[in-house]
Amino acid sequence: MLSNLLHTNTMWVMTSTMILGIAAGGIGCLAYWKKQNLMSDALSHAALPGVVVAFFIIQEKNLLLLVIGAAISALLGAFLIQWITNTSRITEDTAMGMILSVFYGGGVMLLAIANRSAGGNQSGLNSFIYGQAAAMVRSDVITMMVLASIVIFIIFIAFKEWKLFLFDASFAKGIGLSVRGMNVLYTTVLVTTIVIGIQAVGVILMAAMLIIPAVSARYWTHSFKMMIILSSVVGGISGAAGTWISSTGSGLPTGPFIVLVSATIFVLSLLFGKEKGIIIRFIQFKIQQRSSKEDYPLTAGKGGSQ
Amino acid sequence: MAAAVISVDGLSASYQKNTVLHDVNFQVREGTITAIVGPNGAGKSTLIKTMLGLHPKLTGNVRFWDDAFKTAKKKIGYVPQRGSVDWDFPTDALDVVTMGLYGKIGWFRIPSKKHKEKAMQALKKMGMEAYAHRQISQLSGGQQQRVFLARALAQDAELYFMDEPLAGVDASTEKAIMAILKELKSRGKTVLVVHHDLQTVPEYFDHVLFLNKKVYAHGETEKVFTKDNIATTYGGDMQWVGKGDQYVIQSTSH
Ligand SMILES: Nc1ncnc2c1ncn2[C@@H]1O[C@H](COP(=O)(O)OP(=O)(O)OP(=O)(O)O)[C@@H](O)[C@H]1O
Ligand SMILES: [Mg+2]
Repeated sequence: MLSNLLHTNTMWVMTSTMILGIAAGGIGCLAYWKKQNLMSDALSHAALPGVVVAFFIIQEKNLLLLVIGAAISALLGAFLIQWITNTSRITEDTAMGMILSVFYGGGVMLLAIANRSAGGNQSGLNSFIYGQAAAMVRSDVITMMVLASIVIFIIFIAFKEWKLFLFDASFAKGIGLSVRGMNVLYTTVLVTTIVIGIQAVGVILMAAMLIIPAVSARYWTHSFKMMIILSSVVGGISGAAGTWISSTGSGLPTGPFIVLVSATIFVLSLLFGKEKGIIIRFIQFKIQQRSSKEDYPLTAGKGGSQ
Repeated sequence: MAAAVISVDGLSASYQKNTVLHDVNFQVREGTITAIVGPNGAGKSTLIKTMLGLHPKLTGNVRFWDDAFKTAKKKIGYVPQRGSVDWDFPTDALDVVTMGLYGKIGWFRIPSKKHKEKAMQALKKMGMEAYAHRQISQLSGGQQQRVFLARALAQDAELYFMDEPLAGVDASTEKAIMAILKELKSRGKTVLVVHHDLQTVPEYFDHVLFLNKKVYAHGETEKVFTKDNIATTYGGDMQWVGKGDQYVIQSTSH
């Protein structure tokens, strides 16, 4: 196990999934407060056909080019969701469900064709479904790290702008922040994070990488800045630990282990979280109950006998 | 006569198929405090949103100090209806008030100590300094309203739009808010307030705008705040119980 950890390639891959986790945790917080958790799921599924079509065109597995294909099809999905919602009476979540399944179905179909065609078996495209961090080569790792770092930079440089935009967009507009610009930036970083993550984590589980760290962080803090930081930390730890666990056996998919690690952190947060955790709430309730019994022994006694 | 701060010309707006504002015209003079009154669904919130470019207008023109909204927006403060934001958002009262200063702080800069102090002063003015570091979901409705007002104060605008700032607040909060509005007026600022309690209109406001899809009457309170205007604006199904110069509205249709 330890020798595995010291293996340079594993170190590289772990570092890259950690940075990916940090970016996903941060942008996941933004998605959480934009109330768009399902949107990230729809976008990651919608990325799949783009990956395969890009592979058909370039005939080799170059992550950067596949990522561009993924981004185009995810953005097309986002556009169609908007279009369906605006022009018909179908609600947004129904539209997201439709786009998610249609694009994913189309992607799986194209993937089957790619795998049958000559040289397709070696394409490694299957790793885009469940995620296979170990399948990444050095250039993939570098692509991922650079793009994830840009995403992290954009999230952290504009803390105050994100906060205003997410809390009160109409006030933001009134004091001169371009809400349209923020929306474009938000969609760009969200899609970028999703598409660089799908090779390591897979389209099915990518959304979990965005959502679970954010909801875990919610149990620990009342500050937006702290929530983003904690969510990024949870994402980073899950990314690195999940990759390490999956590297201990050959051919284990990475995505499920990353999600398992972050789900464990979520359960711990749910129980022990400082602000909304179940245990702290129970203790506070008991303390209040006891002190009110001391203050009003009669009424409390009556209440208890009911 | 003071210059027109706002002039609205032939403004109309709609949601999907139904027109909610139809050919609205009015002008507001500097240093006045105007109540916008009308029944639920009259289009009061829509009027404000359309004037501030938050809702698209179908036709017409809105000028502020003879400028378009884009040029004037730095001088305009907006207090939305309380329900328009998610109060569960992880932030505290002081932080929300500091948002009023973001335009002055500049984008991508971190608020300095001086800005925090300024925000604190605005909170103090609303009697909320003790709650500065309270998470906003843990404030009562009236306290949240005071935080919104404090944010507008911190913004230090020339013209304020407030959508029902007195909705659901107790008598002392109402007094505190009205005192602030009077002070703004005395400093030459212009305020427009969507208001629901007709009984307090003559006491609080020097101008009234009657709105129900279109403008029914607009002018100084003494002149236009009449039973007739109220009756036509609120529709024929209102029954009037006059008690001196107090107006009690009862709807007979429900
Ligand atoms: N987002 C929306 N989509 C469709 N119709 C809307 C929307 N918002 C408001 N309306 C309709 O427009 C009309 C005017 O609404 P508006 O909110 O401006 O009324 P209001 O005068 O502010 O009412 P209230 O006193 O209840 O706040 C109403 O009939 C309402 O049903
Ligand atoms: Mg309204």
